[in-house]
Amino acid sequence: MSTNAKIETPPTPAPVEKIKVKVDGREVEVPKTMPDGVTGKPVPTTMIQACHAIKVEVPHYCYHPRLPVAGNCRMCLVEFGTPAMGPDRKPILNPDGTAKILKSPRPAIACATPISPGMEIYTNTPNVRFMREGILEFLLINHPLDCPICDQAGECKLQEYSVDHGQTSSRFAEIKVHKPKRVDLGPRIILDDERCILCTRCIRFTRDVVGDDALGIVNRGSYNTITAYPGKPFDNNYSLNTVDLCPVGALTSKDFRFQMRVWFLKETKSLCTSCGTGCNVVVGSREDRMFRYKPRENDSVNATWMCDHGRLNYRWIHNPERLVQVTVRNGAAATVSDWKSAMPQLAARLKSAAPGTVAVIGSARQTTEELFLLAKLARHFQAVTDSVPRTGPADHLLLNADRNPNSTGAVFTGLAATPMGSNLGKIAEGIRSGRIKTLIVFGEDVTRHGIGADLLARLDLLVASDILPNATTKLAHFVLPGCAHVEKRGTFVNVKGHVQKFMKAIEPKGDARAEVEFLKELLPTVTGWTAPRSLEGLFNQMAGEIPALQGVTWAALGDTGVRVQI
Amino acid sequence: MNPQTISTPQAADAGTASAIPIPNPLCEQPDFSVPAEMVAVLDELITHYPRKRSASLMLLHAVEERYGYVSRQAVEWIAARLELAPINVYELVTFYPMFHRQPTGRFHLRICRTLSCALRDSYKIHDHFCRKLGLDPHGHGAQTSKDGMFTVEFVECLASCGTAPVIQCNDTFHEEVTLEKADKILEGCK
Amino acid sequence: MPQEYRQILKYADAPGYTPDVECYLRHGGYQILKKTLEIEPKALPDGKSMSPAEQVRDQVKLSGLRGRGGAGFSCGLKWSFVDRRSGKPIYLICNADESEPGTFKDKQIIHKDPHQLVEGMIISCFANDVHLAYIYIRGEFAEGARILNRALQEAREKNFLGKNILGKGYDLEIHVHRGAGAYICGEETGLIESLEGKRAYPRIKPPYFPAVLGLYMCPTIVNNVETLCAVKHVVDLGPSEYAKIGTPNNTGTRIVSLSGLVKRPGYYEVEVGKVTIRELIYDPIFGGGLRDGRQLKAVIPGGSSSKILKAGERFKLKRKGPDGKDVEQELDMLDLPYDFDSLIAAGSMSGSGAIIVLDDSTDIVAALSNLSEFYAHESCGQCTPCREGSLWMSKALHRMANGQGRKGDADYLLKIADNIPGGRTVCAFGEACSWPVQSCVTKFKDEFVARGTQDEERRAAGSK
Repeated sequence: MSTNAKIETPPTPAPVEKIKVKVDGREVEVPKTMPDGVTGKPVPTTMIQACHAIKVEVPHYCYHPRLPVAGNCRMCLVEFGTPAMGPDRKPILNPDGTAKILKSPRPAIACATPISPGMEIYTNTPNVRFMREGILEFLLINHPLDCPICDQAGECKLQEYSVDHGQTSSRFAEIKVHKPKRVDLGPRIILDDERCILCTRCIRFTRDVVGDDALGIVNRGSYNTITAYPGKPFDNNYSLNTVDLCPVGALTSKDFRFQMRVWFLKETKSLCTSCGTGCNVVVGSREDRMFRYKPRENDSVNATWMCDHGRLNYRWIHNPERLVQVTVRNGAAATVSDWKSAMPQLAARLKSAAPGTVAVIGSARQTTEELFLLAKLARHFQAVTDSVPRTGPADHLLLNADRNPNSTGAVFTGLAATPMGSNLGKIAEGIRSGRIKTLIVFGEDVTRHGIGADLLARLDLLVASDILPNATTKLAHFVLPGCAHVEKRGTFVNVKGHVQKFMKAIEPKGDARAEVEFLKELLPTVTGWTAPRSLEGLFNQMAGEIPALQGVTWAALGDTGVRVQI
Repeated sequence: MNPQTISTPQAADAGTASAIPIPNPLCEQPDFSVPAEMVAVLDELITHYPRKRSASLMLLHAVEERYGYVSRQAVEWIAARLELAPINVYELVTFYPMFHRQPTGRFHLRICRTLSCALRDSYKIHDHFCRKLGLDPHGHGAQTSKDGMFTVEFVECLASCGTAPVIQCNDTFHEEVTLEKADKILEGCK
Repeated sequence: MPQEYRQILKYADAPGYTPDVECYLRHGGYQILKKTLEIEPKALPDGKSMSPAEQVRDQVKLSGLRGRGGAGFSCGLKWSFVDRRSGKPIYLICNADESEPGTFKDKQIIHKDPHQLVEGMIISCFANDVHLAYIYIRGEFAEGARILNRALQEAREKNFLGKNILGKGYDLEIHVHRGAGAYICGEETGLIESLEGKRAYPRIKPPYFPAVLGLYMCPTIVNNVETLCAVKHVVDLGPSEYAKIGTPNNTGTRIVSLSGLVKRPGYYEVEVGKVTIRELIYDPIFGGGLRDGRQLKAVIPGGSSSKILKAGERFKLKRKGPDGKDVEQELDMLDLPYDFDSLIAAGSMSGSGAIIVLDDSTDIVAALSNLSEFYAHESCGQCTPCREGSLWMSKALHRMANGQGRKGDADYLLKIADNIPGGRTVCAFGEACSWPVQSCVTKFKDEFVARGTQDEERRAAGSK
């Protein structure tokens, strides 16, 4: 860990020549080249990027900034003109001194056509609108129009563009093409080929981003059908991104299928907690129930993707076994208590603990703020501290071998030993020798990490905060029900030192409370130190005290975080 | 219990009871094998190209010519030979009409369907072949007689419009085909 | 008197002429290749020098040779677009896919005079610094592929191909690649994808112009069989002599494929623009007229994709008079000179040089339905308007041809067809599938409306 705190600013791109174009009469200056969405190499800036720069929306299906350009949907057709050149290769001027524009007789797809100096792009002419109408009509003639039972309804580009650019009726008087429906494409995905508009985003994603050439098109013409090879299910750790990419309801997630209409979902910016990458996500929830994660764009962390493994790892949040009550145990008898009466008891017990007789184990799944407060508590008791390392196989894209979302935070706050987990044995030994009499455990079942039930039984005081019951909470004298990340706010620092915040999506269950809240209650009585009232204040205070976070503020974190040196 | 156990979580699987497996139009050919001399020829073909994948169509032709169709085993054999995913080859078999997923007959009669031949009665020739061989004149795609001897298929323009109607029996073109000529062609197929 | 001008097919049908190399050599074969390889660098007045390859390219440009595949684009100009500074290899592909309905000219060359194509290709490859070339031949031409392979093998044995050709230090290899029954492989970028072992999905342009990003993302030239043969004659005669054949801006000869309802269908090599459509259909040495008692209904003048010309249609054409000034002339469709520019001026095209003749026995609805079915079958399905539009039109026409028409179907068809072409699609297939519909339905609208009306009335009567 570096002691010279420094916020890493994103690398300043080499200055790129800028060119001026006009979009619907408005001048815009854009770089001549922009990084390719897949390779990052500079490639000529396209019309759609120029339009995007001044927030002119060009409707599109197959185009995606993070995929190779296919140019097949033809929805982004625009008209354009370029400055007329005289035989001397100099622009011909109008009488008023402006450059004379030669309008191209043919339209161009905005997604693939590079801009040139002085180009004029027209995105809203009668002809452009007529072409869009035509494309939409074509896309709908063989579409089943089963919106009432389609999971994509509400976030479907066919629906949206039909409203914005379509016609009120179809002229189609023939029999539709029928294709396979409810195809079990892989363990997590169902495919409806009749809804598919053949934009090939899914094929390009799995081939060009994941490197798993798993999907393809069979048959020809209007009978074209997306499929995986028979007997070879579409099963890689990124497969569910194709469901997000699918602009229509062709690819649906088995997990989310038929669960909730998307327009009822509240969307909250959050983070994935399944590994140290910290993919940015949107939590979809309704009435305090969470239904799905979707990746959220963050160029310095996860582009626009997340892995299936992280995406589906949320069901524990609604586990019926969740700890929802404060429990106080005296001897063998555990009694249900409440925060109001339990907290003073706990404070009193802790206050009487002698320095050097306490150990604190925090979890690298906790927020940096929680770990910071735990570290404060630990320091008061000159406690031995640590947290639990957790690893698994990494992959080539996003999944990190470090399966804790906040190992870096645990290191920053000083709670984790170096290396993480190396103090767990010492703590066990301390308990065995009788030196350690009080153990405070947050978010871990220490019986699985070398501190068995027999050792825990020797303690004078065992305080455990967790989300689900386990062997440690079972033996604890005080059980303090905590919150899942979707039930609170906080920050994680990912393996690369990216400090990111997440917001609260749903209310905690029962008496469960955000750990920061009850730690803040405990600290003044036990240690005499009072934490700032707000989470923002707490973060800023922490950033001031931790060298690696010098200069970082809650406000500066924004939606996509700040990179610090580790 | 550890709340965030990491092993790829099972999807909820809602409403998937009626799901169908990935459709498989490829036939099984358990005894598929490629003799050594053919492998040598194919390997030489592969050397014609800077990238192996380019040889896909040539390998598919070789298999189609030898076995009369392209089976699942053949698709996978070709994919392995060219270091491709099977889907890459499967995509081709379904795109190019000269490759068949069902076994075809020893004699493959391709009758041109397109305008210049149609103007000169190619539909009658097709109908005639179908009736003679007990096949459905309105059936779609390639149809093979019960004895496995003949396959009749309407195909698009065979580029012999000046001598319409034309048919192709295996590799041989027959031009200005009349019903009498059609019968002779069938008789010659032995 | 109209007459054939046999240049490319000079020997093809000569008695005793065989496709082997010895026969070709006896008829002066590979002499032009020798001449090409012996060209010396030319010093230019500005002190620079022009390489032999550049000189050949220059000749082709000056000859005015236009592509014989369909688009009629200047061959010299096409070659001039090739990116020669990329450091990547340059590929040349001979497009022998011959898939435009009505066309059967390349087959004659391949079967009867394959070495002419090989020689033309070697010269073209030399001119473009190509060391690896392919002949992409349609899959159904299995026999043609065998003939070409044999010819290539003979050429290798004679050292017209391979390393250090004729001791002149030039290396070239040519391989035959077979397609497998897909019309779209005639589109040059679809052909390239197919040659790369993929579905023949034409590429978007920009950025994938073959001259820059073609086969394996290297600069690539795709030329038709007949064009490559013509290159040999350009080098043989020299550009100015070659340009004397044919008419200005429409130089050289073309092999016209004549089919449909004429007495003498077949292939006829003529000077471009020196023969009219009327002569090609009616002259005894060409089509020999319609079958007895039949009247002309329409002509599809340049392969099935070209816009149909209705009998009796008249066009105003600007033509150069003897004094060099433009004179406007009104011509009957039959009197259009068979060249590139006149047919474009008449709103159609000479395309691949294939004329399909329809007489008054032809049911225009059925004929268009037949063509539409072709396009629906052959659309690769990559881009929306073509994929959906081609099948939609085909289904509507099939319905009409089978007695289920509606009075409004003519307008219905036109509205579908209007949504496909004009740059909406990835490739020119969009035009190819919609032009026949647009032109047929517009020009024979009365027949389409009458058919629909009849069907409606019959259904109404039946339901009573």
